[in-house]
Amino acid sequence: MSDQLLQLLFTGLTLGSIYSLIALALVTTFKVTGILNLAQGEFVAIGALLAISLYATGIPMFAAFILAIILVAIMGGCLERAAIHPARRASGLTLIIITLGLSISLRGLALLIWGTDTYSLPAFSQGGPLIIGGAVLNPQSFWILGLAVITLSVLYAFLGLTYAGKAVKAAVINRTAARLVGINPNTISFWAFVGSGALGAAAGIFIAPVTMSTYDMGFMLAIKGFVAAVIGGLNNIGGAVLGGLLLGVLESYSAGLISSGLKDGLAIIILLVVLMVKPHGILGLLGERKI
Amino acid sequence: MNKSIRKISLALLLILVLTAVVLMSGCASEKQDSTGSRDQGKEPYKIGAVLETSGNSSSLGVPERDTLLMLVENLNQNGGIDGHPVELTILDNKSDETEAVMAVKKLIDMEVLAVLGCASSGPSMAMINTVQNEKVPMVSMAAASSIVEPVNERQWVFKTAQSDIVTVKNIIAYLQGQGLTKVAFLYMNNAYGDGGKVAFTAAAKESGIEVVTEEKFEASDNDMTPQLTKVKASGAQAAIVWAIPPSASIITKNFRDLGLSIPLIHSHGVGNQKFIELAQGTADGVILPIGKLAVVSQIPDSDPQKEVLESYIADYQAKYNTPPNSFGGYASDAFNLVVNAIEKAGPDRIAIRDELEKNTSGFIGVSGVFNISPQDHNGLDVDSMVLVQIEGDQWKLID
Repeated sequence: MSDQLLQLLFTGLTLGSIYSLIALALVTTFKVTGILNLAQGEFVAIGALLAISLYATGIPMFAAFILAIILVAIMGGCLERAAIHPARRASGLTLIIITLGLSISLRGLALLIWGTDTYSLPAFSQGGPLIIGGAVLNPQSFWILGLAVITLSVLYAFLGLTYAGKAVKAAVINRTAARLVGINPNTISFWAFVGSGALGAAAGIFIAPVTMSTYDMGFMLAIKGFVAAVIGGLNNIGGAVLGGLLLGVLESYSAGLISSGLKDGLAIIILLVVLMVKPHGILGLLGERKI
Repeated sequence: MNKSIRKISLALLLILVLTAVVLMSGCASEKQDSTGSRDQGKEPYKIGAVLETSGNSSSLGVPERDTLLMLVENLNQNGGIDGHPVELTILDNKSDETEAVMAVKKLIDMEVLAVLGCASSGPSMAMINTVQNEKVPMVSMAAASSIVEPVNERQWVFKTAQSDIVTVKNIIAYLQGQGLTKVAFLYMNNAYGDGGKVAFTAAAKESGIEVVTEEKFEASDNDMTPQLTKVKASGAQAAIVWAIPPSASIITKNFRDLGLSIPLIHSHGVGNQKFIELAQGTADGVILPIGKLAVVSQIPDSDPQKEVLESYIADYQAKYNTPPNSFGGYASDAFNLVVNAIEKAGPDRIAIRDELEKNTSGFIGVSGVFNISPQDHNGLDVDSMVLVQIEGDQWKLID
């Protein structure tokens, strides 16, 4: 039995690290621009599919990854300039609906390019799974978790230690005042989308060996990522990672110990409970401002 | 600088939106792959098909679409049915039940003589009501027995894929041969998985095989380790999985990762190369019942299906440059059954249905020898399948 519990924990952490990455990308954009980017899941799917296609042309794996990340980052930037920027004075809800439109268009585009086939990438590290205390751990989980930790550290360092990071924070707190001291919130919004494109693509590439990739993989991932982000408070990058891991572990335990039918419903139940009991998330701060 | 970026971006967005619009409008009428030429004197016969050419079950629907397009082209080149060209309309149901019903209604409005579809069980089940009410013959290519049973509520519905029970009988025979009596059963949470579960649990009970644990998973799940840990703890002597790729491949990967050493038996839902490819080398050792198409070179020349199989493979290979899979085979049988019936009975829905039900015996198809009767609208028997084991990413016949 203890074997089983440990195994479920490991599986939960693998799943959770995937949700964490998506949640991290969602929260970063939200924190900087106040926009909940519903096309985030499509960034993930297109990043993974691009990397797989590039890798299939014979270029080295690492180069394929970097190229895919750069391409999706450029796409993120272009989309921001074309769709978000012209509507920057619209309400938050309008902007969310714009990202929803982007999400549907991107999914359609991916369907045209890649069709409905499922693709997969080989695992990054050779060798089989690790066996710890009678339970099995997929080494790809370390890569995924590692990416989440590195992204988290880089974000903290950027926001806390650099001049540009402080400018971002200033723009988040008060857009008008930031403008008065010479910070351009429009530029920040642009770079936030470039960044979330790159992060989404990286997440897609790292999870592809575990989840495999299809043109419509982004939708379910975005939902799980969104629940993870809400658990974490939607405005808290550390909370997003914790929320993701928590969701993964809970899903794994509920599927393994209670009923496998409960798994996907659980995310929605947690979402409802958190929104009713702690609307600011488990780590969310009260009274945070958004632009 | 900023302005030019904006201009480029706007142009890009415009392209994106346009492609999306084209795609959306395309989906509604997608794959109006109507083929058939009107320059021949005689009026064309219309046949409709509803297939999963996109979505979760597209690995089934796409080879079926390709097969149908190939067959209708060949047929029309050879003069169609008694000089009448066949006009085939294929609609995409996006692997969705509601879309399937909408598509079949559209086809019926177009006055098709018969409907082929769908590739998977859920959408096929969803269409039954409509074709029963409108009295249109339908030939499904999906597995679940409940598509054609009970027959008195399914007078208009036939199917070409082996029913779950055929697969189940093959698996049970294997288990009994190996002396395995305690098994774990894992299935996809959809009509295909449920059908397999119902058929297997009933048959297992009769043959004294105990199902020690029963687990399900979603078609979109990324990791089935939690379900498999239960299998590990249950003391099962073999695991039977009822799923289609990609989830069938993922569960196979998880199964190997967990180091489970009991035999892993899959259903015929994994009868395509995609399953092996996505399992990335972990599919070796998997045992499954499969139609003879996959192992045609290994079956004896005396097999009645050998010739039909070889000619289908040659045609498909010549057109698409890739070997066909069993799903394409189901489509080929469905098409040929319907064409055969129209040929004999003429362009009349009632006559076509009667012809299919009463006069289809000893019909040699790709999926088996069909003996359709008023009691059995599938008409395939246990010998339409063989047991194979995957070795070095190849199907290998088990004697």
